[in-house]
Amino acid sequence: MKQFYVNGLILLLATFSKAHAQEDQQENTDDLRDPHAYSAGYTQTEGPYALSNGEPLKLADEHAFMSVLGDRIEYQPNGNVGAYELQAWRGTSFNRLVIKTEGSFAPDDDYENTTELLWGHAIAPFWDSQIGLRIDTLSEGTGRQWLAAGIQGLAPYWFELDATAYVGTEGQTEFVFNSEYELLLTQRLILQPRAELTIRGKDDPINLLGKGLSSASLSLRVRYEFSRQFAPFLGVESHNSFGNTAKFTGAANESDEETRYFAGVRFWF
Amino acid sequence: MQKQNELRPLTSKSRRLLMQGMVWGSVTSMLPMTLQAQSASIAKTAQGSAPVITGPVVDLVVAESRVNFSGESRLATSINGSIPAPTLRFREGDEVTIRVTNRLNVPTSIHWHGIILPYQMDGVPGISFDGIEPGETFTYQFKLGQSGTYWYHSHSGFQEMTGMYGALIIEPKEGEIYPVERDYIVQLSDWTDEDPMRVFSKLKVQSDIYNFNQPTVGDFFNDIASGGLGLALEKRRMWNEMRMSPKDLADLSAATLTFLMNGTPAGANWTGIFKKGERVRLRFINSGSNTLFDVRIPGLTLQVVQADGQNVTPVSVDEFRFGPGETYDVIVEPQEDAYTLFAQSIDRSGFVRGTLATRAGLEAIVPATDPAEQLTMTDMMGDMSMMSMSGMGHSSHAPVAAPSDPIPVDHSNHGNPAPVDHSAHNMQQNPLALPSKKVRHASTEFGATVDARVEMPRSNLDDPGVGLRDNGRRVLTLADLRSLEPIEKPTVPTREIELHLTGNMERYSWSIDGLEFGDSTPIHMKKGERIRVILQNDTMMTHPMHLHGMWSDIETETGELLARRHTILVQPAQRISFLTTPEDTGRWAWHCHLLFHMDAGMFRKVVVS
Repeated sequence: MKQFYVNGLILLLATFSKAHAQEDQQENTDDLRDPHAYSAGYTQTEGPYALSNGEPLKLADEHAFMSVLGDRIEYQPNGNVGAYELQAWRGTSFNRLVIKTEGSFAPDDDYENTTELLWGHAIAPFWDSQIGLRIDTLSEGTGRQWLAAGIQGLAPYWFELDATAYVGTEGQTEFVFNSEYELLLTQRLILQPRAELTIRGKDDPINLLGKGLSSASLSLRVRYEFSRQFAPFLGVESHNSFGNTAKFTGAANESDEETRYFAGVRFWF
Repeated sequence: MQKQNELRPLTSKSRRLLMQGMVWGSVTSMLPMTLQAQSASIAKTAQGSAPVITGPVVDLVVAESRVNFSGESRLATSINGSIPAPTLRFREGDEVTIRVTNRLNVPTSIHWHGIILPYQMDGVPGISFDGIEPGETFTYQFKLGQSGTYWYHSHSGFQEMTGMYGALIIEPKEGEIYPVERDYIVQLSDWTDEDPMRVFSKLKVQSDIYNFNQPTVGDFFNDIASGGLGLALEKRRMWNEMRMSPKDLADLSAATLTFLMNGTPAGANWTGIFKKGERVRLRFINSGSNTLFDVRIPGLTLQVVQADGQNVTPVSVDEFRFGPGETYDVIVEPQEDAYTLFAQSIDRSGFVRGTLATRAGLEAIVPATDPAEQLTMTDMMGDMSMMSMSGMGHSSHAPVAAPSDPIPVDHSNHGNPAPVDHSAHNMQQNPLALPSKKVRHASTEFGATVDARVEMPRSNLDDPGVGLRDNGRRVLTLADLRSLEPIEKPTVPTREIELHLTGNMERYSWSIDGLEFGDSTPIHMKKGERIRVILQNDTMMTHPMHLHGMWSDIETETGELLARRHTILVQPAQRISFLTTPEDTGRWAWHCHLLFHMDAGMFRKVVVS
């Protein structure tokens, strides 16, 4: 199982680097035009016939937009667990403030949450770099704080990728990679496979996390888009713990291999 | 084959569209009771029959008013309580005065689309004037030195999309050259029940939200069944690697738009009356905010006599495509009792129809919308023949005919026995005699704003475009248009401006040379200068590019001038050349007339001094 995930990760990273190589491909720079060469030195607000007062024309490219995506708000009847993942942004097409929050809650005040506050900047047509902070809060164990740096975007063949490296305040390191794909069975019925991998630099026994490839999950959701903005789904996820993480969870009488079934909704506005 | 096409049974989509209009009809007839109770202060809008106002002094009042195009009552922006706005009929040579009063609670403006006038009268807030504040009246005054079919619309926010558009017809001084018995304006537009700003912000989040014709797993299996797995994969390889969809034909579709003909949805059936044997002139105006329409009248040949208000040598076609901003005048000679005016959107998600009939209440067969065709490799990559010659490379050094490359002139040999004769601007010697073919991208096209660049563009003006190729009908192309009177200007330009239409569909960003409007600088032109402009479309959508304040004389690869336009449709991967001579100083707007592309930043300011 572990080998399967490692191979998958290598394959996706290879795809990504190929995409990046393509985007870097530039013409001989001698042939490129200066886009301001026709301006004769005039600007939007200066030069002949510029409006002396009044607002110069501003179009939507200078306006900030915002959005909230509830990628998965789901309930697992087995264990009575709720889970969620939301992402919100505000900004322009190329620079935006991003908030990501994901977590779960179960009976008896059992909860965990990871929230990231990031600055997203477009580095390529399909890719944003994101840097910022991550804060974990847990009902059991110790919540950590991290610096985060990663990329999020769309790889060739329409794989959505999000890869982020974290450095914790106590010297821990973590790398989280996840990828989603959308397969349109019809215009409204959509199958979405999803993979997530976590790799860690150090053991964190209090939180039952071990170094190396710590965990991986593979899930499949099928949703029906009543509108593009609202879609209920059914799904199944296989979650695996490896190495020391498996050891720690085993010692805590938790399974290192779990299959979860859930129902949920996806929405955005 | 053609006839069979026309007789196809209505699809459920077509039936729904027609039903929708019927609901509209019944709701409008009940309006006085229901709507006045709802809001006494907001008047109902006259729809379907724009009042005609003749000059030379005109008063227009912009206000909110109620409409119902889809079965839902909504607020629209109307002029004199009418959608379309009143038809203005003037005479060439008239000095007109148009007083525009703003009764909205936001600023407004009116732009006279295609009219050559002083820039202060052009009506673009923030460029040519300060706009018209709520409660204010702005007086437009200008002399009409041209004739033909034009239109006018708001240039503020999305007001054009919410109803602010009307026809502007200028009779020639010497009278119309084609005598006709009937003369109708057919103004096409699109309406959304949503707030246009909301629609725009949705596209910023998910640019394909209104596309319900996306490639599915089923399409893949169909392709395997018809051509095998290898072909099915190959067909997808390029698109998938580039993260583009061959089914991305329009940003907005009938999923949010209701298409209108003279402010009337399909089911309410706008009707123009004629008597058998009469010649009927139809002045088609695309006032759509974001829709390219394909127009035909099954059973009738369309004789195109005018494009963008300028007479052209009559050309007979079955169908034409036009983008927002463009106008075509056609003459038809109907012999039967009823004909359907059929206008389908480029993505085939919907249509609007009206009827030409000998009496009210008649209908002809309404054809089904054509199947949506996918973009081809020609739309993605441009000139396929050149590409195979240079081996699919990414080189911009396409094999190019020598005369179009700049030939350095040797100035060092003055006084030598055989000096170069500079006085003879021979077509063969002047490097600007023909449009350059060498692709020169802007340095700013290599960032996050641009998702594709075309290295080997096509200049095939005779291509009707995606969805119209080989459809069994004779479809108008740019190559068919010839100005009726020769374009007199000296044809060899003194300078060439190359601009690339660019975008990033995933981010819903539209730009020129990879720079959205906010990051751009103006383009300077000298008054009276003859300039060649090359527009290369590096995107996979068709852009109607509208240049304010001056004419765009379309030019072939061989330097022949075709027709004089104010709005030019540039197809994906196409490279189009035109000549212009700015005669009026000032600041002018130049933009894609798809309203959302304009607002997203596919816009430049032009300074003429």
